[in-house]
Amino acid sequence: MSPPTAAETPLQRQRAQTIFQKGARGRRAFVCPPHEVPDVDPQQLLPTRFRRSEPPRLPEVSEPEIVRHYVGISKRNFDLDSGFYPLGSCTMKHNPRLHERVAGLAGHARLHPLQDTERSQGALELMWNLQGALAEISGLPHVSLQPSAGSHGELAGVLLTRAYHEARGETRHKVLTPDTAHGTNPATVTMAGLEVVKVATNADGGVDVDDLRAKADGDVACLMLTNPNTLGLFDPNIAEIAEIVHGVGATLYYDGANLNAVMGLSRPGDMGFDIVHFNRHKSFTQPHGGGGPGSGPIAVSDRVAPFLPVPVVSRDEHGGFELDYGEHLAGTKTIGRLRGFHGNYGCFVRSYAYICSLGGDGLKDASETAVLNANYLLALLKRKGLAEYLPLAYGELCLHEFVLSGGPMKRALQIKTLDLAKRLLDFGFHPPTVYFPLLVEEALMVEPTETETKETLDAFADAIAEILSEAAADPEIAQNAPYSTPVRRLDEAAAAKRPVIRQAL
Amino acid sequence: MLDAIGVGSLQEIFERQIPEGVRLGRELDLPAGLPEQDVYEHLKALADRNTSSEEELSFLGAGMYDHYVPAIVDMLMERSEFLTPYTPYQPEISQGGLQVMFEYQTAICELTGLDVSNASVYEGPSAVAAAGYLAKLHNGGSRFVVSAGMHPHTIETLRTLAHGYGMDVVEVPLRDGVTDPEAWAQAIDEHTSAAIFAQPNFYGAVEDAVALSAAAKAGAETDGAAPAKTPVVVAQVDPIALGVLAPPGECGVDVAVGEGQSLGNRLDFGGPSFGFFAAREEYLRRMPGRIAGETLDVDGRRGFVLTLQTREQHIRREKATSNICTAQALNALAGVVYLTWLGRAGIVELGELLLARTHYAREKLAALDGVEKLHDQPVIREFAVRLDVDVAAVKRRCAARGVNPGVDVQALSGRPEDEGVLLVAITERRTRAHIDRLVSAVGAAIVAERAKAVAEQAVPA
Repeated sequence: MSPPTAAETPLQRQRAQTIFQKGARGRRAFVCPPHEVPDVDPQQLLPTRFRRSEPPRLPEVSEPEIVRHYVGISKRNFDLDSGFYPLGSCTMKHNPRLHERVAGLAGHARLHPLQDTERSQGALELMWNLQGALAEISGLPHVSLQPSAGSHGELAGVLLTRAYHEARGETRHKVLTPDTAHGTNPATVTMAGLEVVKVATNADGGVDVDDLRAKADGDVACLMLTNPNTLGLFDPNIAEIAEIVHGVGATLYYDGANLNAVMGLSRPGDMGFDIVHFNRHKSFTQPHGGGGPGSGPIAVSDRVAPFLPVPVVSRDEHGGFELDYGEHLAGTKTIGRLRGFHGNYGCFVRSYAYICSLGGDGLKDASETAVLNANYLLALLKRKGLAEYLPLAYGELCLHEFVLSGGPMKRALQIKTLDLAKRLLDFGFHPPTVYFPLLVEEALMVEPTETETKETLDAFADAIAEILSEAAADPEIAQNAPYSTPVRRLDEAAAAKRPVIRQAL
Repeated sequence: MLDAIGVGSLQEIFERQIPEGVRLGRELDLPAGLPEQDVYEHLKALADRNTSSEEELSFLGAGMYDHYVPAIVDMLMERSEFLTPYTPYQPEISQGGLQVMFEYQTAICELTGLDVSNASVYEGPSAVAAAGYLAKLHNGGSRFVVSAGMHPHTIETLRTLAHGYGMDVVEVPLRDGVTDPEAWAQAIDEHTSAAIFAQPNFYGAVEDAVALSAAAKAGAETDGAAPAKTPVVVAQVDPIALGVLAPPGECGVDVAVGEGQSLGNRLDFGGPSFGFFAAREEYLRRMPGRIAGETLDVDGRRGFVLTLQTREQHIRREKATSNICTAQALNALAGVVYLTWLGRAGIVELGELLLARTHYAREKLAALDGVEKLHDQPVIREFAVRLDVDVAAVKRRCAARGVNPGVDVQALSGRPEDEGVLLVAITERRTRAHIDRLVSAVGAAIVAERAKAVAEQAVPA
């Protein structure tokens, strides 16, 4: 990497202008079809008191301007197709383009959600097959595809836990979450009307079983756990944890964010979990889209199955498929619906195509390779002597991701984890997740995924080594990075202090 | 790679970390993997067993609509730079996505006439529930008053989620096709956290949003004393109607939410699409979801960042304003590109086209023997009629002629009063000739159903 220079890059010279600042009065792309029907008094169609007095000030631009504008700003994005994206806990694996092709077939993409059952059998069969595959992968037999994202699946899980206890005549108030948990866990608990109680982490990075035992009582509704957890570690005490939780009559909730480590190797249902949500945009390759759409189906055990959100797909006596709102679900006491229609079907098509492509052994292979890649990258950083500056926070090996602490680096080289992350941008890499989990000082969470080659991992380790050796000579290089990106470090404090969240018109 | 790690085999990595008792120890019971072309054929075969809106003349609506999606939307959504990045946590290399969010927020504020918008939420009905949560955080009330003119899925979703955060839901009935103003005013009291209606409502009728909003604010006032907190007025709005319809911000609405599918998103059997969420300035710090804001970089260049993140789950954890962490960024991109394509004049022209064709279709259908309008209120691109024969039977007969005449409302809502109600949606893709075909198919189906009933009566017992 050549040292930073003061010259602006072409992208930097191109100052951001929104589409609202382009074009001219009267320019347009849309051509309105003729009405074709007899003219009627506008007052009769819609009286003035209901009408808009001024048109909304939308942009006035031609089609070529629209294309050039959005293609232009797209180039100000880094993306998974352009380079390595080891963003811990986010599972940035390759998005096969076959999935876009099949999801775009008219029979899927142009299918109305209220199409008659007999004329949407292909879609319902796909959902049925997917429900079955997710049940097998999770070891939990009952599946609802409805939730729109992982966080939505979590909400479904906590709501159905609450309903389960209420149906037994119990009101329980507390949900236990480890201090390593994703922020969505505690936020979800509050939205479901329950209260969060934190469980400590032990010296090995797992749940502190003594603390759990002390806090597990008859007022606990649920323990929410990620396993492997956000440190990339599989909790060796999982059986004992399940026993403690079930012993007080609570449910065990599996945050599926890290499922990519264990597909075909270990199943939440077999570990004793009652509820799992899947992040389809992580393990099952739904493209992240710059922040959505996602999809967060849940799978559950027999005892909480009656509370599943509806609809789910059932099979009728003639082998046909139908949307089931509880009619055929044994003893249903459903919590109800979580959104409109049946869930993010477009995401179902993509993840189903993925499961069809890989099959059972392929999914296992994916997890094994993800774990191999993570351990290789971890070992490589150690071999380069970087562990002195970036030690592994817990354990020796890891599963699909690992968490380093940038504390020693900060003290020895005067650069923080944030500086390392920003300097990586100049090397063409997306940085790992930074400052999470919260209990690790200057955390750096690295998840390479199974779709990266050894060559990429080598190049990434080389870049880290170069940045650290550069910092040893001159820490200011990293402290002021990045230099080559379309914009450089941005003043986030100013943005929050006086929010400007729309273009002034 | 194993040598570098210092293990003898891949298995060793797992054996040293996953206790034997919870290792699967067998292959997953799933079909074997397939080559790309076989997966394509399988997914194509499933698609072929569905009847899409390309293969029949469809008048289905009720929340999702078969509007034309311009080609540039597909082209831009397929670009790697928009399709494959994560949430923009590193703003220096995410300016494209962040700027799209900023432009999207601007467009939604313009459409709704409100001050602030987030970068989108999951979809329509859950957006209403999210607005309810905002209202609860804002005023601590205990009850939502909702118009029965909301989409049944919206009311069901609100009930599920409101139960979670401890709120009651009270429904106000319709009169003459719109929310009964007296019952509405009566239902709202000092415990009302939010007053929620749909514009236009589920049955297609344009509501008097100004009157409903004013009544909601007035209803909370108790004798003489100023109320401590007034209800938050929430409207679920059809965004494509806002080219002609008064924006909610000018009607006294505090929070406008809705389903964004109409704006450049495909049907996808119900999702993914996006929900929009706009509000008056005072609610900004209680908004759920991502928000993009403008700032400067160290050299003074204009740039965009995710802002006001202290509302959000990854910072605030159990005190967050929502647990949501994704927007529907890619779907919202389709939305803002679509609105840009329509443009300032186009969204009004499209609204006028929908008004004219919908009116034509409604009058033509209502002129048939056995069909009557459900109400006389103005409609924009959807209306309800009542048939005097079985709706499912009419739908079957129309299907045989390649026409899907609309949604059987009772099958969706389960309400006894919806018997015989057919909800018909008209998009710009439905021409006059298409509408004439619809009218003739429905007319023929009614005649045939009546004839069948007569024939059955004539058969001796």
